[in-house]
Amino acid sequence: MGLSKKISLFEGEKGNIIKITDLNIDGIMRRRLLDLGFVPGAYVEVLRKSPLGDPVAFRVSNTSIALRKEESHKILGELV
Amino acid sequence: MSNFRIALCGNPNTGKSTLFNALTGLKQHTGNWAGKTVEMKKGVYTYKNDQYEIVDLPGTYSLYSNSLDEEIARDFIVFGNPDITIVILDATALERNLNLALQVLEMTNRVIICINLIDEAEKLGININEKLLMRRLGVPVIKISARNKTGIPMLLDTVSRVISGVIQCTPFQIEYDEETERKIKILEPMIDRIVGHDISARWLSLRLLDGDRQLFEQIEERKARNREVLINGATFHKTKTGIK
Repeated sequence: MGLSKKISLFEGEKGNIIKITDLNIDGIMRRRLLDLGFVPGAYVEVLRKSPLGDPVAFRVSNTSIALRKEESHKILGELV
Repeated sequence: MSNFRIALCGNPNTGKSTLFNALTGLKQHTGNWAGKTVEMKKGVYTYKNDQYEIVDLPGTYSLYSNSLDEEIARDFIVFGNPDITIVILDATALERNLNLALQVLEMTNRVIICINLIDEAEKLGININEKLLMRRLGVPVIKISARNKTGIPMLLDTVSRVISGVIQCTPFQIEYDEETERKIKILEPMIDRIVGHDISARWLSLRLLDGDRQLFEQIEERKARNREVLINGATFHKTKTGIK
């Protein structure tokens, strides 16, 4: 695989699997995302993008959840 | 014959209400709690001559009060004095569901974990080792299918044995980093002195460190209200409502 480069969840392409490394979000939204399974170390699959590219649906701990760009571009991870 | 109170919590769509209906039959009725818009359902069942009041809390992924329903669920577990809290987990999505279970284990030590939809899980080829979970979590873990009514007798028996103290729970506590643990050690005895034993001092310390101001304002308010009742109670309240 070589050196993996960090991308945000928003930049992922359909079918990509991304291992979360950082959540650059604070406060209640951070708590909420953690509760939903967006935790460092978790594998997230990019399921599909809406016609205009935002929001994007992800599969995280066996459930699909759509995030807006505001959140998904602040969640970083490595392509697996 | 005694009366006990059970809180029922879990993620949305894990079958809380199905279990609630299976236990209470047609005796259920809905009720609005003081000033709240989100409902909690309340019902009654009897088992071995004891009466159990069971409260179906709103389904939540977490209990950190991000929203009104989470706050209602949390407040009932912390302030509603349930004799036991049953956490219902979806057998097909344990990873996600255990988040809530771990939060409840931090809040109270009278917990039963109930793994529902076990029939669905088996269809998907998921096998759950409840004995291992029980050892790791330190509380009873019961597999049920509320829909097919399997595992219910085991659950009822476990509830009564935890309440009577035959089964002792030692809920698993998450260990935090050194700095947090050091601060908890400082706060715990102080909180214990102020708030008393009714609420886990470790959990309150964590909430305090997390900056949950609102929770402490609420405790303050509740304490003030209790004092009022006691003062008035001496004159006229005491006969009507049994004050603890």
